[in-house]
Amino acid sequence: MIHVESLCVQYGTAVALDGVSLNVQAGEKVALIGANGAGKSTLLNALSGIVARKSGTIRIDGRLAHVPEGRQLFPELSVDDNLRLGAFRGGDRNPDWIYQLLPELAPRRRQRAGSLSGGQQQMVAIGRGLMSQPDVLAIDEMSLGLAPIVVQRLAAQLIRLNAERGLALLLVEQSARLALSLCDRAYVLETGRVVAQGPAAELRDSSFVERAYLGGPVEGAS
Amino acid sequence: MSAFISYLVHGISVGCGFALVASGIIIIYRVTRVVNLAQGMFSVVAGFAAATLLGVGLPHGLAELGAIGLAAAVGVATGCVAIAKPGTSPQASLIATLGVGIFAYAVEILGWGDQPRSFSGLSGAYEFWGIDVPKQYLLVTLVTFVVFGGLEAFFERTYTGKALSACASNPYAARLQGIGVLRMGLYGFALGGALGGVAGVLLTPLQPISYDSDVSLFVNGFASAILAGLKRPVLGLVGGLVLGIAESMVAGYAKASYQSSLALLLTLAILVAQATRREALHAVEE
Repeated sequence: MIHVESLCVQYGTAVALDGVSLNVQAGEKVALIGANGAGKSTLLNALSGIVARKSGTIRIDGRLAHVPEGRQLFPELSVDDNLRLGAFRGGDRNPDWIYQLLPELAPRRRQRAGSLSGGQQQMVAIGRGLMSQPDVLAIDEMSLGLAPIVVQRLAAQLIRLNAERGLALLLVEQSARLALSLCDRAYVLETGRVVAQGPAAELRDSSFVERAYLGGPVEGAS
Repeated sequence: MSAFISYLVHGISVGCGFALVASGIIIIYRVTRVVNLAQGMFSVVAGFAAATLLGVGLPHGLAELGAIGLAAAVGVATGCVAIAKPGTSPQASLIATLGVGIFAYAVEILGWGDQPRSFSGLSGAYEFWGIDVPKQYLLVTLVTFVVFGGLEAFFERTYTGKALSACASNPYAARLQGIGVLRMGLYGFALGGALGGVAGVLLTPLQPISYDSDVSLFVNGFASAILAGLKRPVLGLVGGLVLGIAESMVAGYAKASYQSSLALLLTLAILVAQATRREALHAVEE
């Protein structure tokens, strides 16, 4: 589905991604974890074609929808308009199925997106991504600034979409615990390089990931 | 009383012209975040072109449409200069539009000379309650209201209108949805050019235009646009009407030469008021 090989991205002279390789198969749930500034968002922007790559290859079989960090809605437009614009590349522009999927949005369809709560805005952002009928949904920092209960509700919806529709997920998260609990596999990114990868369960148990990302003990770890 | 109504009718018609220029400024700003200093030039080009096309025998209607089309094309060309280079800031684009406007002086003088030009519009007048209202005034008002109705419907009801608004609202998110921000920006400039053109062909029969008429058109259009907060075109209509009527009253009851000073004073007052708003000050502090 997504095949990235030796990807390098630079902003001026600053290296943002340095030889990153990553794969996401159809229907898979993959996490990309790492600290702030590790290059996670840059990787998603490179997949979306927003930033240019210096070298390496990106191949995407199917349609990718990118839900950006900070929601990035059109705040002056209504919820309905935000969702409809998600289908700009083509396909059905009727968002009724999104309202069935995320019923909390239905009574707010005429409301300005900028006036919604953080959780509702994240739902609109995910709904807008889904409107393009993607094969893979890449979500950048879904949990940022949201109450744990809201995150759990959104996560449950994503898992349902993955199970029922075979939608592949690429979750980019600073919250490693959440990402590793939701996904099958994970990549750990540090200063533009993949420093660890493998099944999520294995990474959860690795002392390196525990120390660096799950708040585990620092002493004695190599 | 009849003098007051006569000034009012004149003010509404002139205000409609300001509103058309303002709507072009608002639309281009709304889509690209660029204040287009060449907006008055679109009206001048259209006025000159309509005079030329009528001069070679084209009938009314066709000549004006051709002139509006040319203004739209000039709008696209201005947009190419102002925003086509990736990474150009709105401030740099603003300076580029100023450059285009000054360059246009040379082209207009070469093409049409430096003397004012005009052409005849609708002749005659209708009488309402004992006051003669020139037919051209009514045409300007009618066309303006139809154009603004169309613009409101376009931005509020159509998918392309929403996509244009999305570009201004959040260009990054617009690109993620596959919306071509540059293409939409050029659509904005084309629409802005056409609206400037409509103002040009409607106002030229009322007041001859010359190559440097763009300054007064822009000043009045910009004053109307910021009166509307540079947000919705339909608010530009309100701004244009307020300014047009105020100027007409000043010219009627005081002195005609105070008219343009009024627009400048109004612009200054609004800019100072907006700059001292609490949010604006906080934005600077951040």
